[in-house]
Amino acid sequence: MFAEFGFGVLVISFITTIYSGFAAFYGVQKKSASLVESARRAQLLTFPLLTIAAGVLIYMLVNSQFNVAFVYEVTSKSMPTYLKVTAWWGGQAGSLMFWAWLLAAFTSAVTLRKWDRDIEFLPWVIIVSSVTLTFFIGMNLFFENPFTRFWQINGQIIPSMFAPMAGAELFTPQDGNGLNPLLRHPGMVIHPPMLYLGFVAYVIPYAFAIAALVTGRTDDRWTRITRRWSLWAWLFLTLGLVLGGRWAYDVLGWGGYWGWDPVEIAAFMPWLTGTALLHSVMIQEKRGMLKHWNMILVILTYALVIFGTFLTRSGVLSSVHSFANSPIGPFFMGYVALTLIVSAALLIKRWPELRAETEMKSMLSREALFLFNNLLFMGILVVCFWGVISPLASELFTGTKITVGPPYYERATGPLFAGLLFLMAVAPLSAWGLSTVQTLGRVIWKSALVAVVVTALSSIFYTQNVYALIGFFLITLVLATTINEFWRGAAARMHAQKENFFTALIRLMGRNHRRYGGYIIHISMALMAIGILGIEIFQVQTQGTVAAGESLELAEYRVEYRELASWDDRGAAVNYTRSVVDIYENGVYIGQLYPRIDYYYDSQQNMTIPGQHATLKDDLYILLVDWQPVSNSGATFKIYVNPLVNWLWIGSFTFLFGLIFAAWPDKDPADEPVRRKVSHGNKQASAAD
Amino acid sequence: MKKILESKTLRITLYALLFAVLTFAAYTTASAQDTAPTDDEVNAIAKQLFCPVCENTPLDVCPTEACRQWRELIRQMLAEGKTEQEIKDYFVANYGARVLSEPPRTGFNWLVYLVPPVLILAGAFALFNAFREWTKPKSAEAGSGQDEEAGASSDEDDYIQRLEEELKNRK
Repeated sequence: MFAEFGFGVLVISFITTIYSGFAAFYGVQKKSASLVESARRAQLLTFPLLTIAAGVLIYMLVNSQFNVAFVYEVTSKSMPTYLKVTAWWGGQAGSLMFWAWLLAAFTSAVTLRKWDRDIEFLPWVIIVSSVTLTFFIGMNLFFENPFTRFWQINGQIIPSMFAPMAGAELFTPQDGNGLNPLLRHPGMVIHPPMLYLGFVAYVIPYAFAIAALVTGRTDDRWTRITRRWSLWAWLFLTLGLVLGGRWAYDVLGWGGYWGWDPVEIAAFMPWLTGTALLHSVMIQEKRGMLKHWNMILVILTYALVIFGTFLTRSGVLSSVHSFANSPIGPFFMGYVALTLIVSAALLIKRWPELRAETEMKSMLSREALFLFNNLLFMGILVVCFWGVISPLASELFTGTKITVGPPYYERATGPLFAGLLFLMAVAPLSAWGLSTVQTLGRVIWKSALVAVVVTALSSIFYTQNVYALIGFFLITLVLATTINEFWRGAAARMHAQKENFFTALIRLMGRNHRRYGGYIIHISMALMAIGILGIEIFQVQTQGTVAAGESLELAEYRVEYRELASWDDRGAAVNYTRSVVDIYENGVYIGQLYPRIDYYYDSQQNMTIPGQHATLKDDLYILLVDWQPVSNSGATFKIYVNPLVNWLWIGSFTFLFGLIFAAWPDKDPADEPVRRKVSHGNKQASAAD
Repeated sequence: MKKILESKTLRITLYALLFAVLTFAAYTTASAQDTAPTDDEVNAIAKQLFCPVCENTPLDVCPTEACRQWRELIRQMLAEGKTEQEIKDYFVANYGARVLSEPPRTGFNWLVYLVPPVLILAGAFALFNAFREWTKPKSAEAGSGQDEEAGASSDEDDYIQRLEEELKNRK
């Protein structure tokens, strides 16, 4: 009953969104404002409709209605309620529906804005959103229906929405499969929604870009409207990536956070173009240049969002052939191709109108350095894209499967990331329009000196590894120049306004959220780079089997095995095996850790939970690999020391702060400049400006 | 010479020598087998190989039973005195090139390595060309007028300039 109702609502929302697209299109053709308004209302209606459908699905998930195939696949009776709810995005059909629901929410939010002088964009934004929404709901209806039920006939179980033939009866299994235990981690509960929020939010800037192309309003209006959307999209995408990394670190049990897995890269690629866009949009706003390029970036980001969903959902990654068997694969591929062709055609049509309004004057100007930044981001994108594609190409053309793993990516992206760090240090110091080596040198030499000193010190006291030293140099340079920017600004205000340092700093930042939020993000990226460098270059590991009372040693740590216990949690259908180890640093006792393995009976899967001792210096990370069940005398541990890795997580927190700061609206519409000495005291004049 | 070799005492000495060498060799190989390969030695090789059944999982961290057996196989082969390269070759011969973390540099696979640098260099070349185009000809005539325009249109520039002035005045 519920399943039919949910399916019915899904069908209605499908029809509604198609209607909305057509109404908007005819509204434009016939210049009928009322048709466009009707389209807008239809678009608004999709959100409550999809919310009802989602509510029905969640109701069935929570109430263990295993008659529905999706509920059977992702839940079991023993799962806690919150996991049953979040199981919504724990499987294919549900996560596609989740995608559609988020898109409906965002589109509704955007159609509710005050359109005033941008009203000509409205129908096209609706059309793009409704095409995307039609695609995703369509996939739910025709290929991955979350409301499909089990039917029994002649002893056979058939999954189908409606009775497959006369005489078939509904079949309800006793218990469900249960969610993959790897997905039962709190990180996994939040990670997919974050990633999806990021993915879906990028549809909005794309919709406005297409609207700008179609209507010929190719000034920077579209980028100004969508600036905050891109920023939030970027925020959620970044958070999604970081949470995914943290989840991998805590749950997957291999001592790392990022394995250059194609699924990870699928989410990373739109992030790359999104980050490039965030920067190059500024050039368009400040200098009226790069209009073509921004269009290309926003189109690419949208295509990569769909492509990323395709990569993770179509099964193409496990084999080209499973792609052919999966019904949604070709459908997805066709949609990506269609988007690219239509977007490219529109772009070519408007190409001459998108000419730059000003000239590039110097290779060291801010806009030039931003272009280099874009080049590097595109370079990393090419490496990633090719790395994901070539195993598929190899299988398709030569029939042999190959793996393109971490060594390929690390070697290829390392120098590009280093280049990005360098630009991050230099670009904020260069001026728009014109910069010379002299002007740049004047502002950077102190920071460069600090970086040289820090590098020299770390070469004496910490490491002789050349790559690490280059990394430390660049990171210090970024930190020094960026912090110096805060200092210079605050110092100027202190002098001019006679404010104390903190008031000056806070007012300075409050005057220009975007700029100083951006700087905080740069600092965060440098902090994250410290963590990445630490684990990539200095990670050490060992593995060994020890009896109780014996120990393993690694770096300055000693890990002594004390005891091990194994017990069942009947209610949750989990078996826990928990070991107790004492840890010593340089012979001094520093605490106890409990690496454990959880075995899930329903899905017959292990989950390895490490014991972690985290400090700013490093992370001691201990995995229980194996144990002797009978005697309990010996256990095998794998131990990692991951130096500096916690800076990665610290950087993520400051990043979040910086981004929210950057997205916070400025008090004044225009940035209020620091008052000059001459105008000091003349409050009316400065208030007017 | 022949006579000397045939001399009985010498022949016995030679046999004794041979026997000594053989026993010594046997002894050393036996003791090598006593010191079984450590987990770290096994993992060092497994880390470079990818699980032939699971997608994109390095063999040293793969939790499946199959991978556990493969790690045991590496241990065995190490114990037999096989080198790292021999072990890798064995895995490639049995499970295909996909067990390597990077494709071997042969034939079609060269594309994997060549396409990204070529594209990046092409991008860099295009960008530099564009710069030459932009900075060379028309900038003289457009000149100062646009400079002012750009300055006026951007509050932030103004802001930075004033900041700079402030800083200069302080010194």
